[in-house]
Amino acid sequence: MTDIKKVDEVSGTTTTGHEWDGIYELDTPMPRWWLWTMYGTIIWGVIYMVLYPAVPLLDDNTKGTLGYSSRAEVAQSIADAAKAQSGLRSKLEAASLQEIKADPQMLSFAKAGGKAAFKVNCVQCHGSGAEGAKGNPNLNDDDWLWGGSLEDIHETIKHGIRFEQDDDTRISDMPAFGRDEMLTEEQVDDVAAFVLSLSDTSAQKTETGAKLYADNCSSCHGDKGQGNRELGAPALNDQIWLYGGDKASVVQSIHSSRAGVMPAWAHRLDKLTIKQLAIYVHALGGGE
Amino acid sequence: MNIKSSIERFDVQAVNRDGSQKLFQPPKKIYPKRVEGLFRQLKWLIMTVTLAVYYLTPWLRWDRGDYAPDQAVLVDLANRRFYFFFIEIWPQEFFFVAGLLIMAGIGLFLLTSVWGRVWCGYACPQTVWVDLFLVVERFFEGDRNQRIKLDTAPWSFDKIQKKLSKHIVWLLIALATGGAWIFYFADAPTLARDFLSFQAPWVAYSTVFILTSTTYVLGGFMREQVCTYMCPWPRIQAAMLDEKSLVVTYNDFRGEPRTAHRKQALKDGQPIGDCIDCNKCVAVCPMGIDIRDGQQMECITCALCIDACDSVMDKIGKPRGLVSYATLEEYDKAKAGTPVENHVPILFRPRTLLYSAIWCLIGLSMVLVLATRSRLDVNVLHDRNPLAVQLKDGSVRNGYTVKILNMEPKPHKALFTMKGFENAKMRIENLGSQTFTSGQEIELELAPDQLRVLKIYVTVPAQFLPKSDLDFQFEAKIPQTNDSHVTDTRFHLKKR
Repeated sequence: MTDIKKVDEVSGTTTTGHEWDGIYELDTPMPRWWLWTMYGTIIWGVIYMVLYPAVPLLDDNTKGTLGYSSRAEVAQSIADAAKAQSGLRSKLEAASLQEIKADPQMLSFAKAGGKAAFKVNCVQCHGSGAEGAKGNPNLNDDDWLWGGSLEDIHETIKHGIRFEQDDDTRISDMPAFGRDEMLTEEQVDDVAAFVLSLSDTSAQKTETGAKLYADNCSSCHGDKGQGNRELGAPALNDQIWLYGGDKASVVQSIHSSRAGVMPAWAHRLDKLTIKQLAIYVHALGGGE
Repeated sequence: MNIKSSIERFDVQAVNRDGSQKLFQPPKKIYPKRVEGLFRQLKWLIMTVTLAVYYLTPWLRWDRGDYAPDQAVLVDLANRRFYFFFIEIWPQEFFFVAGLLIMAGIGLFLLTSVWGRVWCGYACPQTVWVDLFLVVERFFEGDRNQRIKLDTAPWSFDKIQKKLSKHIVWLLIALATGGAWIFYFADAPTLARDFLSFQAPWVAYSTVFILTSTTYVLGGFMREQVCTYMCPWPRIQAAMLDEKSLVVTYNDFRGEPRTAHRKQALKDGQPIGDCIDCNKCVAVCPMGIDIRDGQQMECITCALCIDACDSVMDKIGKPRGLVSYATLEEYDKAKAGTPVENHVPILFRPRTLLYSAIWCLIGLSMVLVLATRSRLDVNVLHDRNPLAVQLKDGSVRNGYTVKILNMEPKPHKALFTMKGFENAKMRIENLGSQTFTSGQEIELELAPDQLRVLKIYVTVPAQFLPKSDLDFQFEAKIPQTNDSHVTDTRFHLKKR
């Protein structure tokens, strides 16, 4: 290929010298304002570099004369949002749980705040939809170990369950009947069968099972297995099993006991956040 | 090996040999001359109508009752509503706007395939505003020759005064243009008052500033450069034109050989064409091109050269139409001696019929959808996490967020029902602890032009649990208007 610059006859414009199969590329000059536009963007770029953070340095970057920082902007937005909420926040702080529940504006604010706090602090155990898991209660249902009223939920969040660092935490200890040799293996088996029959009439049960239950379990779980919220003793006559409702799981519960721990949040979250959490959890559908 | 063959010779020359190579070229200023004629009249008319539509539309009122704004055309971004006379659309009905844009696109294709670049020549905002700016320029600086003289003259009080007045009026027009735009997005009289008293939101001022600048720069300075270098349409439209599309044509078989010295040529016995080479067609061209060079990308087919040439032909007593609107086909026929007078046949050919058919199809389907659309809607969002909740007594509960949309700017009483779900109980959280069964109607107040959100729990007792997940419906109806809407949803048995 030979590069020959020549003047194109038709257009009168010089060619670039590139030629492909007899087709030449015209070297048509660009309009000059186009050049000015480019100079404009360069000037803009220089001004921008002076005014805003721009040049990366070894361990930092230039700050720019305007002192702009996206971090500061976020902080400002957060501060603005907090300021905008401050009226409602102080109203919520002063109000009782029942007052918040009765006021649509406060209720929706508390639910939104509670939802956000739940996503940060509670989902690790209770799940992102509060649907729970084995050993971690589902908060959507109507079964409550320690009570499902607003005040009960609030108390549980505030002081936790079996959380030793909190003096007001609620504790209940179920004996490990098998491990501590209070009952023999056959006796545990009999009690388990009786416990299952409380919620399922078709299940097989024995007289010994009934007697052992009455002697060892009914003081906390009630004679019909209705449970006792004062003691955090779960109802055994319903369809909800925190640790599984099959025979083996129930046997294991009786043999080794169960003692889930919920942390007290009074030390880590402010009062308003705990209030909002209580409202949120109560409004999940099972609140009493 | 001798010396001669060991030295390589290069076939190269210095790039600046001819001394004229320019990387960047200054635009040549164009001084379009004023011209009178049929197409100029048409352009005045279209300019007046389009400018009037643009500036005045936001000020038209349209009564929609107490619950909606009374501005005829309003894009209410804050409340996410779009009002166009008797039509109100919600964001989810944006397909109407999309449909209109598609129709505009296909309409443009259709116009282009039939009449060439009429959009560019007559209706494009760039053309209209440049025309308007030229009117101002002529008013202060005179016509073509006076403007050229003024530009080459040294600076004087008179020149400064003329230039300054022109730019002030240009800026005022630009300001009015940018200003009119914002009125489409808020109540015009209120915004105008706020704007003038510096109470309007900053976005209004910045929008006006940007549009004022672009109008001033594009209309006053960039002009034909916008069409040639910035706009994609001149490049695309080549694909829309064919030998049956109208273009501005110089009938060279009649005009050539052109001469400005007709008497001398006649005396010499040389052949002469009708073109007297007066260059008036070039002088009036807003793009600064010579139509006698043939079809060019720069030509916006404004037909001002036709007006110019016709006026000259009238003067020298020759028939009009040396420069005329003609298709390539007509040009060929005319050249062969069988001129075509009638443009009608070009309307009917596969391409235009296809464009028209698509255009009508979209238009008709939109009209149909618009005429039959319901102003009541029910959206159901099933709780996803968890899908289902097992309760103490063995019953299963599902949660739903139901949104009832009253898209009319009037309050309504609606009847809400759960349908097709025997033995299930529905509780509406917003209405307290009362439960409702399938088919039971619940009266709800719907606020005008708003949606009402209901949190609903549906519970099925253990003994009635279906064997598998089950479909049922939520229905809302407004007895007063006979409007109703049913939405299907599902009841799940397992939490995931």
